[in-house]
Amino acid sequence: MTHELNLNEIKKEWHGTLKAYSYGFLGCLILTIISFSLVITRPFSETILIYTIIALAIMQAIVQLLFFLHIGQEESKPRWESIVFCFTLLILIIIVIGSLWIMHDLNHRMMPDMNP
Amino acid sequence: MSKKPVTIHHQDTLEPHPDTRLPDPHQDTFSKTTQGFWIYLMTDSLLFATLFCTYGVLHSETYDGATSKDLFSLTTAFVETMILLVSSVTCGLGMLAAIQNKRKFVITWLAASFILGASFVAIEIHEFIQLVQDGNSWKESAFLSSFFTLVSTHGIHVSFGLLWMAVLMAQVYRLGITVITFRRLIVFSMFWHFLDLVWIFIFTFVYLLGVI
Repeated sequence: MTHELNLNEIKKEWHGTLKAYSYGFLGCLILTIISFSLVITRPFSETILIYTIIALAIMQAIVQLLFFLHIGQEESKPRWESIVFCFTLLILIIIVIGSLWIMHDLNHRMMPDMNP
Repeated sequence: MSKKPVTIHHQDTLEPHPDTRLPDPHQDTFSKTTQGFWIYLMTDSLLFATLFCTYGVLHSETYDGATSKDLFSLTTAFVETMILLVSSVTCGLGMLAAIQNKRKFVITWLAASFILGASFVAIEIHEFIQLVQDGNSWKESAFLSSFFTLVSTHGIHVSFGLLWMAVLMAQVYRLGITVITFRRLIVFSMFWHFLDLVWIFIFTFVYLLGVI
């Protein structure tokens, strides 16, 4: 049995506001400018710089998820979108970190044989 | 044979039960569509994750050809980033106009997003042509193959988004803001914001870390 919503009810299901978009835009703008200017000016050593840039990217992703994609703002349980997102994040982390770890390790082990 | 009465626990009569549970909030078409589309976006993010892994593994395998330090320009990446970010915001403003039933503003903001998205694709194609002309096509090394695959997959997504946006603008123009067009607009805005989200990781991991 489906209860169809009318236009005004649907509009309440969407959580975007002008305030959220302004905050999201400002946040992304600032984070993007910081990361580009860090790479251009290079105030830290290379390793610290790489980790800072990655941290800034993750922060910007969180800003966009919150303010543009309105994640975790569903009012009614079960919150399927958040559940699906968390599960995907888990799979994503396993795929990315797992693959990079395995390939790095293989590279490391193959190195001595590659040298003539 | 004993004649015990059979107890059926689920339903004793054929009369419909009064539904005393809380109404399930996710049964309407709008919720089902946005949830389904959200699941699509999540699987799409897995596609991008595997391409990022490939790039991460292969980005130093340059076959003595050009490295990422030689090829990438931060200016181009910065311009592309800004264009896509502003395009994402204008798309969101279009949704806010749809909430207020302002059909003209919806079309105007979507047109702004369209122009920005089209210029993003144009800059990217120009960048690719430049790379191929300088002898750095996808055939040269594993690094370049994985770079072209990752970045052009995003670019193709943006191009399909442009096509979708053009169709939506025509629909909003013809039909106005209805239950159906509003739902389509929201689903499209999710897609567009998602592409901007993926681009954050492309400019960080490909362009910024490539230049360091």
